[in-house]
Formats: sequence, C-alpha cells, structure tokens
Amino acid sequence: MIEVKDLHKHFGAVKAVDGVSFKARDGEITGLLGPNGAGKTTTLRMLYTLMTPDQGQVLVDGIDVARDAQAVRRQLGVLPDARGLYKRLTARENIDYFARLQGLDETLTRTRREQLIEALEMADIADRRTEGFSQGQRVKTAIARALVHDPKNVILDEPTNGLDVMATRGLRQFMRRLKDEGRCVLFSSHIMQEVAALCDRIVVIANGRVVADETPDALRAQTGEANLEDAFVKIIGSEEGLSA
Amino acid sequence: MNTMLTVFLKEVKENLRDKRTVTSALLYGPLIGPIIFVLLMNTIITRELNKADQPLKIPVIGAQYAPNLIDALKQQGLLPQPAVANPEAAVRDQDADVVLRIPADFDKSWRKGEASQVEMIYDSSQKETGSSIDRLRRMLETYSRHQGAMRLVARGLSPTMMAPVSVDDRDQSTPQSRAGQMFSILPYFFVLTIFMGGMYLAIDLTAGERERQSLEPLFANPVPRWKVLLGKLGAISVFSLTSLLISVIGFGVCGKIIPAEKLGMTMNLGPVFALQVLLMMLPLVILLASLQTLVAAFAKSYREAQTYLSILMMVPALPSILLSVLPIKVSAWMYAVPLLGQQVGISQLLRGEQLTTMQISTCMISGLIVAVVATVITAQVYRSERLAISV
Repeated sequence: MIEVKDLHKHFGAVKAVDGVSFKARDGEITGLLGPNGAGKTTTLRMLYTLMTPDQGQVLVDGIDVARDAQAVRRQLGVLPDARGLYKRLTARENIDYFARLQGLDETLTRTRREQLIEALEMADIADRRTEGFSQGQRVKTAIARALVHDPKNVILDEPTNGLDVMATRGLRQFMRRLKDEGRCVLFSSHIMQEVAALCDRIVVIANGRVVADETPDALRAQTGEANLEDAFVKIIGSEEGLSA
Repeated sequence: MNTMLTVFLKEVKENLRDKRTVTSALLYGPLIGPIIFVLLMNTIITRELNKADQPLKIPVIGAQYAPNLIDALKQQGLLPQPAVANPEAAVRDQDADVVLRIPADFDKSWRKGEASQVEMIYDSSQKETGSSIDRLRRMLETYSRHQGAMRLVARGLSPTMMAPVSVDDRDQSTPQSRAGQMFSILPYFFVLTIFMGGMYLAIDLTAGERERQSLEPLFANPVPRWKVLLGKLGAISVFSLTSLLISVIGFGVCGKIIPAEKLGMTMNLGPVFALQVLLMMLPLVILLASLQTLVAAFAKSYREAQTYLSILMMVPALPSILLSVLPIKVSAWMYAVPLLGQQVGISQLLRGEQLTTMQISTCMISGLIVAVVATVITAQVYRSERLAISV
C-alpha cells in the first residue's frame, strides 16, 4: 500500500507538484492520469525516493520514505520513465545485476528470473544483448529487472508508451496478474482508454494537483458523462478554468 | 561489500565487451609511453654519438689560397666540400650549416706576418647549426694559436708568453645526466597512461549511464549510492592499473632493446624500477579515477564529459613541463605534493639515482590523502538529486 499526503515539489519558480494526496491499495490497480507535464513523473519519482519532496509525506507499507528510503526501495518494484538497459549485457544479465543489488542469493535469483521470463514471454530474447531491442522487448526486460525481488508494490511510469497493440495487450494482462497476486499496482498514463480498461481507481492530476480520485464508475457519475474520455476532458478543462 | 563487488564485476564485464574502451585502456594508452621513450632515447644516442668525431662537412671557398690551413683543418676532422656560388643564400636556405671563405690575399698577408682574414658565413638563428659553427671556430682558433706559437718560437720567445692562463675542462656530466632533461617528460607518460586507461570507463560509468538513462533505475535499488560509486571507482582503477602495468612492462622491454650501454649509460628499468613506479603511482590511480568521475558527473552527456576530461588531462602535464623548463632544485617537500612527487621521484630513478623509503612513502601517503578527499567530494556529488535525472 502506498499513501501520499500533501506532496509538494518545485523547480525554480515552477510548481511541478502542488499538494498531491492519494492512496494506492493492495490488490488494486491505481491509475495516475493526467496530460503531459501534469506532474505525474515527478510525483512517482518522489515515491521511489529519487527526489526529496519539499513538503509532504510518502508511506509505503507504513514506512516513511523520509525516514528509511532504503527499506522503502526494498518494498518497491519500479519501472521509471527512463528504461535505461545496459546494452552490452544480455536481458538475463540485466535482470541478474538488479537481483544481486537487491541482495538475492543465486538460487532465488535464478527462480525469480526464470518465472518472470516465462510470465513476460521473453524466453526468445533472454540471452541476446539488449542493444537493438524493440521498445516492447526493452519494456519487458526493464519490468523483469524491476520485479525480480518480488516486491509488494509496483510503480510503472507510462508502461505502454511506444508499445504496439499486441505488446500493450500483453502488458495489460501482466498488470492484471500482478493485481491478482495481491500487489499494489500504481501506474501513470496520459491515455484515457488504458486507464479505463485497467484501473480500479483513477487519480486525475492536472497542474500538479489532484482534481479527481474516484472509481471509473463514480467518475462517470460525478461528471454526468457516460464516456470516460469526455469525463476526463470535463474534469481537466473545468479545473484549468478555475485556476486561470 | 556485496553491493560494491556486484557493481564492480558488472562494470568490468560490460566494459570488457566494449572494443574502444579495451583498445584505449590496454593498447594505445599504455604503449604511448614506451614508444616515445624509444624515440627519445634514439635522439639522445644519435646526439651523443655525433659528438664523437664525425667529419665536419663544410663548403670552402678559395681553398686553393691557403693549402696549409686546409691541411691542418683536415687533420682536425674537416671534410672540405666544393665551393658554393652564393654562400649567403646557401646558409639561409639551410643547404649548409656554415661556409668558410678564404680571400685571395690570404697568402699575401700571411707572408708579411700580418693577420690573415677568413670568413665564416652562417645564420645563428638556425638552431641545429650551432655545433658545426662552434666546431669550425675551435678548429680555426687551434690553428691560429698553433701558428702564433710557431712564430714566437721562430723569434726565440716562449709560446707561454701568449697564454698566461691555461684552462683545463673537467666536465662532471655523464651521458645519463645529460639525458636527464629529456627524461623529465617521461613521468608524465605514466600519468597519461593511468588517465587514458580509466577515461572511457569513467565517462561511461557516470555520464554514459546518465545519458542512457540507466542511473534512475539503478538508484531505485535498495543500495546506498556511495557503495555504487565505490564499485565503479574500483572498476575504473583496475582498468587504469592494468594499463599502468602494461606500460611499465613495456618500459622494461624497451630498456633491454635500447643500446644505452654504447654511451656508458645504465638503464635500470627492470623489476625494481617497475615496483617503485607502481608504488608511487598507486595513489594517483585512485585519485584520477575519482577526479574523472567527479568531472563526468557534472557533464550532461558523453561528449561533454569527453571535452571536460581532455582539458583535465593537461593538468598532470604541468609539473613535467615546469621541471623540464625551469632549473628547479629537487627538495624534500616536493615528494609531498601529488603529481609533483611522482614526477620528481621517477625522474630521479631514470637518472640512475636511488630513492629512500621515506621519499616513496611520503609520495604515497600524500597521494592517498588527496585521493580520499577527492573520493569523498565525488560521493557528495553522487548524492545529489539531479545526478540521476537525465531529462
């Protein structure tokens, strides 16, 4: 479970995140939805301790990020916006490197690695160097690497960015599987359909603030729009009107 | 410990798979020094051998007017060349170092017992001609003194009347110490080797990872950044140390090939020399790894890091250049200054002198202290939020 309370972060005069609060529960998929530049990536970066908030608190399974960042990182599996594979290493070697940094022993590393390779259907590329991988193959490798230590909480920043239809479908199935395993899945996206298809809960962010935090059904009811995309436009649009 | 080892092993494995890194760390970098050393030694040996009497080839105009003079000069090693039409132009165009011109009335003044004139035509702004000019002048002066003495004797006077003071030269230099000035550039090549050995790694492991956006996922792992840094520094150091080892072995091989004994020089580039160089250089391996990483951490891209590092590469050259230009006397404090200490120490070894344990340990300890400081500063920079964020 990830709890975010009143997060603030500014870069110079720009308030990238301006008071964001939400909860992502175990066994649920929570979608962080917002237009480009809304503050999604910055929020997530504060969750996985890459950035320190100016103000506010993040709790992962009850552990305060400010108090014990390292313990928090152990509870998290992170797919950052930057996938950053090591191109001179094979997919397997990429996964092993992170497994060792997580402190897994050899046996556990092997078991977890092979499970993930099977689950992500990447056996055919596992022993190839990642240089020249397609976007989909890169995301698969990065996800396997991020989840090798079997984390309870999974953070995915725009996971389907740049993927084709088949790869996107595969990834969605995989995310549902993570949810069924009882994990807390939090992902960001700027694509309405994707969030609608997957999420138990949608947190809409615009201009660094949370403008809605509802189930998809409640969101439709709240805006009076049957179509989620229209609901989305309505929420963001009215919020921008207010702040202007 | 585990984290550092994991990072270290991964970086070594990954970089051994990179052709450019491997060739620069294990081939070009370490072999530049020995190759330049061989070239330098050849220059020195040629120069020293030239000093031993090579015939001096000089065009002579009007040789027929002073056959006795020419015979005497030939005995001193002159090999008269045919006259040239325009001696001034020949000297300016460097066709001849110096031209000797004997006027037609040389014999006439000689018979009268007057001073007969000869002309040396040369261009003193041409550096390489200096020794030819000096040799010819000395030959002429010897002949002149000799003839003067004869004239005195013919008149019943003692030749010592003309030379109340006689000077005898006792030069204490050896071929080895004369070569010392050329040697003073060599320690820089050891530093350069370390630098080249670690450079591509240092760039790749910080600026490169950042550019390829892999620092962000890396730092999402539950490991302190300073441990990651130490693992990376370890990998850089191992590459530059290997580079240094190859270089030192290269020097050892060159020391055997070069016919230094022809000049009576003793070149001790064997295991003892190698060991002393390695000991003195060890702190620099760590220091340079830290400095390179520090500089690379400020660069936004691989290319930018490369630019910064090529500027940083000039810094270790400063002591070498200073010491080869300025006649500074070696004193004890110099061993306590990193880079300068190594420079001075290795120069002494090349000159065939011994280093004390004190001098070597001063060199090592001061180097280690500065290396630790540099590492701590780099670790601070590694902690910064902006380091991992590539976009």
